[in-house]
Amino acid sequence: MSKIFKNQLFIPIAALLLLVLFNLIVDPAFFALSKGVYDGDSILTGNLISIIDNGSELAILAIGMTLVTAASGGQDISVGATMTLAGSVIVKVLRGSETSPVTLHQSIIVAFLVGCLVAILCGAFNGALVAFFKIQPMVATLILFTAGRSIASWVNNNQNIIIKDEKFKYFGYYLPKIPIPTPFIIAIICIIIMALLLKFTTLGLYTQAVGINENSSRLNGINPTLMKFVSFIILGVCVAVAGLIKASRQEGTISYGGFAKYIEMDAILAVALGGNPLGGGKFNMAASIIGAYVIQFLTITLYARGVNPEALPAYKAVVVIILVVISAPTVRDKISSLTKKLRVPKKEVC
Amino acid sequence: MQNVDFTLCEGEIHALMGENGAGKSTLIKVLTGVYGKDEGEIFLKGMEKAAVIHSPQDAQKLGISTVYQEITLCPNLSVAENMYIGRENKIYQNWKKINADADRMLKTLDIPAQAKQQLSTCSIAVQQMVAIARAVDMDCKVLILDEPTSSLDEHEVEKLFTLMRDLKKRGVGIIFVTHFLDQVYEVCDKITVLRDGKLVGEYEIKDLPRVKLVAKMLGKDFDDVADIKDEGACYKGEDADKVVLSAENLCSNQGIKPFDFYIKKGEVNGFTGLLGSGRSECVRAIFGADRVTSGTVSMNGKKVKISKPIHAMKNGIAYLPEDRKIDGIIGELSVRDNIILALQVLKGAFRPFSKAEANKFADEYVKLLEIKTASNDTPIKSLSGGNQQKVILARWLLANPEYLILDEPTRGIDVGTKVEIQKLVLKLASEGKSITFISSETDEMIRTCSRLVVMRDRKVVGELSGEDLTQNKIMSTIAGGGEE
Amino acid sequence: MKKKFLGVVLSVAMVATLLAGCGKKEEAPADDATATEAPADDAAGDDAETPDDSAASGKLIKVGIINNDPSESGYRTANVNDLQNWFTEEKGYDASFEYSLKNDEQIKFAQKFIQDGVDYLLLSAAGTAGWDSVLKEAQDAGIKVILFDRTIDADESLYEGSIVSDMKAEGQKAVDWLAEQGKDEYNIIHIQGEMGSAAQVGRTEALQEKVDAEDSWNIVAQQTADWDEGKAQQQVEAVINKGDDFNVIYAENDNMAKGAVAALDKAGITHGKDGDVIVIGFDCNKWALESVLAGEWNYDGQCNPFQAELLDDVIKTLEAGEEVDPKVVIMDEKGFDCETITQEDVDTYGI
Repeated sequence: MSKIFKNQLFIPIAALLLLVLFNLIVDPAFFALSKGVYDGDSILTGNLISIIDNGSELAILAIGMTLVTAASGGQDISVGATMTLAGSVIVKVLRGSETSPVTLHQSIIVAFLVGCLVAILCGAFNGALVAFFKIQPMVATLILFTAGRSIASWVNNNQNIIIKDEKFKYFGYYLPKIPIPTPFIIAIICIIIMALLLKFTTLGLYTQAVGINENSSRLNGINPTLMKFVSFIILGVCVAVAGLIKASRQEGTISYGGFAKYIEMDAILAVALGGNPLGGGKFNMAASIIGAYVIQFLTITLYARGVNPEALPAYKAVVVIILVVISAPTVRDKISSLTKKLRVPKKEVC
Repeated sequence: MQNVDFTLCEGEIHALMGENGAGKSTLIKVLTGVYGKDEGEIFLKGMEKAAVIHSPQDAQKLGISTVYQEITLCPNLSVAENMYIGRENKIYQNWKKINADADRMLKTLDIPAQAKQQLSTCSIAVQQMVAIARAVDMDCKVLILDEPTSSLDEHEVEKLFTLMRDLKKRGVGIIFVTHFLDQVYEVCDKITVLRDGKLVGEYEIKDLPRVKLVAKMLGKDFDDVADIKDEGACYKGEDADKVVLSAENLCSNQGIKPFDFYIKKGEVNGFTGLLGSGRSECVRAIFGADRVTSGTVSMNGKKVKISKPIHAMKNGIAYLPEDRKIDGIIGELSVRDNIILALQVLKGAFRPFSKAEANKFADEYVKLLEIKTASNDTPIKSLSGGNQQKVILARWLLANPEYLILDEPTRGIDVGTKVEIQKLVLKLASEGKSITFISSETDEMIRTCSRLVVMRDRKVVGELSGEDLTQNKIMSTIAGGGEE
Repeated sequence: MKKKFLGVVLSVAMVATLLAGCGKKEEAPADDATATEAPADDAAGDDAETPDDSAASGKLIKVGIINNDPSESGYRTANVNDLQNWFTEEKGYDASFEYSLKNDEQIKFAQKFIQDGVDYLLLSAAGTAGWDSVLKEAQDAGIKVILFDRTIDADESLYEGSIVSDMKAEGQKAVDWLAEQGKDEYNIIHIQGEMGSAAQVGRTEALQEKVDAEDSWNIVAQQTADWDEGKAQQQVEAVINKGDDFNVIYAENDNMAKGAVAALDKAGITHGKDGDVIVIGFDCNKWALESVLAGEWNYDGQCNPFQAELLDDVIKTLEAGEEVDPKVVIMDEKGFDCETITQEDVDTYGI
């Protein structure tokens, strides 16, 4: 029993169950799935679909943020800005010089690769500052946090753009004949790739070792600088994918100041909700990803409940505080020792 | 820990003895409120009811102060701040006065540090003494010293003992935890022995001669450590004369003078010298742990470039670092991950061990080195110091190096394990591994090494072997005989 | 060593990009306006018939223009382009531009302009407070201040004129239009902008008054999406999943209206000209007007960014030695209906 409480996945899953329970009590219809029609194809709709759909960007970012947090012991706060930049670049490549292109100027693959390159460059910039120049991650990423959106608007000359293209819309909506939203499918692919990376390379072991004890890692032949740098690069790729999804969702209408605003905070929160120490070291990727969907679940729950708009942030804050407090290691230890006492009256403690 | 009774009288120095993992640290942490207790009570003089100790602050208020084995001060604060921080809950602090007080205290105790100096700029020994000064300055009734001497040299130890005797006269009860038997017999009045979390007994010092003490700690009869060298036969292969590693004019950015060094196959040699004489820096330079500024290294006659640890590892060199907390363990990772780490790095980032393989390795070495751990999944930081050291040793043995550098492998470890490690060193050598062994305890070095490089003031000043390997000869070489 | 070098090169490259970004940003809108068919051009073109008399007077009028950063929104981009295209040497102006979204930076720019000795200071303040002392300085230096787009909390005597949008009037226009549609019942999803912003307060007020007054007007859901398309889409999805009936979406800007429409599309709910749900947006983004023209949306309310001409009028009045009366000029703002909108409207008023 106490093992369950000690498990890192316990907190995000418990939080998820709590939200499920709340909705079951208040309104069981919350979970209803129904069939809809989109572009002639039948699709699934409902709150659950809405959650897995709209939580995708966050889940993808949480993957990269978890690695950065573990390796560098800090967070990248430029994610929202670089995501805007990546989205802006993708849109720029697609549109050429027209504001509402009738045909795409370049193939989407090329546009995505260029966006990816830019996001990776941003990651490399942050990573270089953190890994080579030993600057605190939050401080290092503050540069792009401030400048990223301006660069993004400069890329497109501040123009109002719309890209009405069926294929471009695939990434944010539905693929033909597939009843599940594409963003979720992309998120699953990202998760699988990350799982394979963790299984077939020593990324996980090295990242954790570097985050826990840089000195020891170096003396055991690991290159801490490289590991930190790599984690930022991976986050860069995640940012580009998330940027593509969101740009597609909005058909290229990027409001440079508001695109993916504060998503970096949600990504960091997802990592924290997953019970991962924000000071770096050990991490659990699955917990972070579940954490991301918990946040989205909460958002949709609040929307479904029609919470008073002025009070919305306050509600969210209260729930987040509760979740973060119960996911704090000290509280978890207390809970687990409490159940230990209840279950086994006297047990040898070694 | 189970059912331990422990009594400390006023003005007494009470040794708490036991192997690693016997429960000494646990007992201390319960006494000081770091750990909660499940059963039992703690009584203090002049109190009718059992004392309530839920936190270190409670303990401090009751006059129980502790100096831990691992330094628990804040390295980026000044010495004075470290001595006075958290003691008075005043918003306004008269730093001028505090600095003056601290300076006076440091002077009385003859500690070579300035009040305003940043703690991290002091040597480990001095940091330890600052921690003691902090505790002493708190007018405590019970002073707990958890391995305070493990990083001090003889002169500093003597100073500490003078201080302890002084405090004893003032009626302070001192609990003294150490692995140095000599020290126990030098200052202590009583000994309490623990084994496997249980009480073995409490003895007057005169009733318990050394051999019996060790026997009690180990729970078996003590085979005389002096004999171990003869047991392990030397390496007798045909290539016994082959030089495995040689270094010329090697120098790193850590302020050591360039030095030459070689080691033959199956040989055990060592660096000796006072703390801070540069012996660790020398081996770190060989391993590429510090930035090498000059010199050449050859492995089996072939010139190799070692500028990073990974280069050394690929050339079959292993290095067990001096400070296992900072350079050795990866605290939150499991025993298993800590064991396989070096071999995994050698194998490459794209060929990870499966969990089953890793567990097999871990099981093998946990058994071989008798590592006391709840499971392979236990984080290494929750193991006792000696077992942590064994895990690090296992890590390097698993990597199967040709040349093994062991920097203070026996520091902070109980007698039984010390002997085990020394035996292991000799056994490995007899199998043809070359080993460099560094220890602060000269007798250990004499017992294990066949050749000693002597260092003074960051410079190699001599080499001793064969007949010359005696305590006296080493001392006089370290002291330098007034040639400069 | 190699890697270190790589790190240095990378960071240098990034810094260079940054610098290039900063350097180019200021001129970017101008480039854009000439290079592409930006709406501002058309707006300027419209007014080109007005006789160009200030240039004839020979001496250039020196103006300092402090505006919010063009990246703030599409509206701002249009506003900036309009001003930059109007205040040119051909029109008799020697204009300098500064942009910031921060009040304190704007105040510094104002001080700089005062030192430069401009004749007029045109100001769209980022924040309403803190302007008294610097405007007093300007007045003492004989510099005339004209506010545009946004008002500030300062004494009216400190500025000569003010040209603003009446957000409530914009909302009122949309609500009046909606009332004309003759539905038996109005069940409205109300998506608000960032709470407390002038546009949100004004546009909400107009709708709320009507809903309070009429029994057949109901608000099904009212939530803030912070001007964000994604949030609006999720909110409307939540309402649809709840199964509540609605026939109007009143979104306080175009982006949120677009998000709402995306949610309707996913759920297979028809909207626009012949659809079940009436869609209302604000700001007249070009793509939004195109949606209205295509009959996907029903109405888009204008928030007029083309203030250059009015500012020019005010300056001319002052140059002639007359008082500006009334001191506060409300921009004329239109609303576009899917029944009556023309391609010309889209080209003229789309931003």
